[in-house]
Amino acid sequence: MSILINKDTKIIVQGLTGKTGTFHTEQALAYHGTQMVAGTHPKKGGETWSAADGTTLPLFTTVAEAKAETGANASVIYVPPAGAAAAITEAIDAGIELITCITEGVPVQDMVKVKEKLDASSSRLIGPNCPGLLTPEECKIGIMPSSIFRKGSVGVLSRSGTLTYEAVFQTSNAGLGQSTAVGIGGDPVKGTEFIDVLDMFLSDDETQSIIMIGEIGGSAEEEAAQFLIDEAKKGRSKPTVGFIAGRTSPPGRTMGHAGAVISGGKGGAEDKIAALQEAGVSVSPSPAQLGETLVKLLDS
Amino acid sequence: MNIHEYQAKQVLKGFGAPVANGVALTSLDQAEAAVDALPGPVWVVKSQIHAGGRGKGKFKELGDDAKGGVRVSFSREEALANIHEMFGKTLVTNQTGESGKQVNRLYIEDGADIDRELYLSILVDRETGKVSFVVSTEGGMDIETVAHDTPEKITTIGITASTGCTDQDAAALADALALDGSARDQGMALFKTLYTAFTEKDMSLLEINPLIVTTSNDVQVLDAKVSFDGNALFRHPDIMELRDLTEEDEKEIEASKYDLAYIALDGEIGCMVNGAGLAMATMDIIKLYGAEPANFLDVGGGATTEKVTAAFKIITADDNVKGILVNIFGGIMRCDVIAEGVVQAAKDVQLTVPLVVRLEGTRVEEGKAILAESGLNLIPANDLDDAAQKIVKAVKG
Repeated sequence: MSILINKDTKIIVQGLTGKTGTFHTEQALAYHGTQMVAGTHPKKGGETWSAADGTTLPLFTTVAEAKAETGANASVIYVPPAGAAAAITEAIDAGIELITCITEGVPVQDMVKVKEKLDASSSRLIGPNCPGLLTPEECKIGIMPSSIFRKGSVGVLSRSGTLTYEAVFQTSNAGLGQSTAVGIGGDPVKGTEFIDVLDMFLSDDETQSIIMIGEIGGSAEEEAAQFLIDEAKKGRSKPTVGFIAGRTSPPGRTMGHAGAVISGGKGGAEDKIAALQEAGVSVSPSPAQLGETLVKLLDS
Repeated sequence: MNIHEYQAKQVLKGFGAPVANGVALTSLDQAEAAVDALPGPVWVVKSQIHAGGRGKGKFKELGDDAKGGVRVSFSREEALANIHEMFGKTLVTNQTGESGKQVNRLYIEDGADIDRELYLSILVDRETGKVSFVVSTEGGMDIETVAHDTPEKITTIGITASTGCTDQDAAALADALALDGSARDQGMALFKTLYTAFTEKDMSLLEINPLIVTTSNDVQVLDAKVSFDGNALFRHPDIMELRDLTEEDEKEIEASKYDLAYIALDGEIGCMVNGAGLAMATMDIIKLYGAEPANFLDVGGGATTEKVTAAFKIITADDNVKGILVNIFGGIMRCDVIAEGVVQAAKDVQLTVPLVVRLEGTRVEEGKAILAESGLNLIPANDLDDAAQKIVKAVKG
């Protein structure tokens, strides 16, 4: 098994006709036959999208229509920030089970409104401002570079896109490979938190160990640590390596990600590292030693 | 994006919030007119800088005995004397750092008869995903101190987005602040007004410290600090006009023109990285190997050759930079685009410091080929550890 996505996942692309949507849809199609089944565009319904290699996908006016025609259960969003919340809302209304929003720069109060709607629905949202997710040799949603993946046993989850790639690359090089990698995104208000994904990894047979990458800002890492402590008491635990980015970041400055800011003395890296260690997580001192730290942990 | 107190008050006044009358001045020529525009008998002269702690702050040029950055004046002459003493001086507060900030704007305001000082802020609570009020009866002091010493005196109330701030929410806030009579009625109206301002203008923080109850039992906004969500400024051109570039770092202003996330730091190794997490982690690993990063720079997912060139120029404009580390793990960002940008930029700026480049991910082979064929004298690195060690060695020897 894997989590969230597998070879049967059927995906609609919201914002397929743009440059970014086109490039990454071509990449997804080329990745072990990921089932990209349709695109949506408010004015191009009925037309056809063509990849550079000649593959075509039907375009629909709405997500609801695309879902009804193709049986899709997932969507990926590549629309610009101003329209991202509307795109997520449309997917929720259409009853899409798994919505992934890649878009960076979505106004946070748009996400506040989306979150209320999402909580009252049965949809799951990954992101926004995230790289998506990938189950090796089965399905790729989003923008992760597929060449670094290898089928295996490590569940990877991260608030940072590029640090997800580091963890994937290093676990592939170590010969461990990944069950599924999930980038939950760097915004302060998002659809899926660490705890949600940790819960899935703990339940997934294929996932034998976990790498969790956090960063400064907020308290999601502390909550994740508490969750791991509580679950361990129930007998649910897996070897876990952690890393927190931003030990050298100055307080009060937003470090690229809208959610990465130490404010009012809260959200600093040291507190998060201490919380994870308290929960039995092996915290890697360096972003270059994620794989190595996990190998050592598994050997011990 | 931050704005000054007087601008924040103008924005809030536009929504109908009770704010004292005041006049801002940006040059000493305007001093007399500003003071005469207000009736007295009390004038408050307030330094306008993008930092808190102004009242307790000290002016660098004036010595330890001089008064702080907010001064209550009891005559026209005293107000004018304060204006002349404060204007153009450097104010150091617990939030400015040692170098302080030059006071280029002053705000002259009517004095108020204060009975009680309260605290109110509105923010986006990332744990609940809601817009939330945080209030306390302990106003006029540092809220973090209150939170630490007497957390029971802080009340947080989350607002449901689809209903907005309801009568029930407003009543709960009034209860928490122990408002009664006229102050209660005014307070409940004010909470709704502030919520409307916060959501309509896409604020990320609205802090009123203190919110006061006057001796005549009226509520008034005595201080106001407002920040806006940078991602929402595209729909608020009126707010964009309030940006004060003199409050920002020149290199950061230049970077913002190219939509680059750049933060100037004090170290010697310039960094160009894609992705905020990797950019932070790159700073961390430079420190781990014994050097200091000169900057945070995330070129973002949609970087073009032009953007990369601009990023390079901004990094090399910093005289402290003794070496540059380019660290790219391409997902949405393609390595060939970065490589072209690096080659172009290195030629444009006639680079003289060591350059270590680590490329991985989407189109990495094409990227490496572009670098290899460029004839540039750069140091390739295999992975992040290798890259960090090589640049630290190149700079520190």
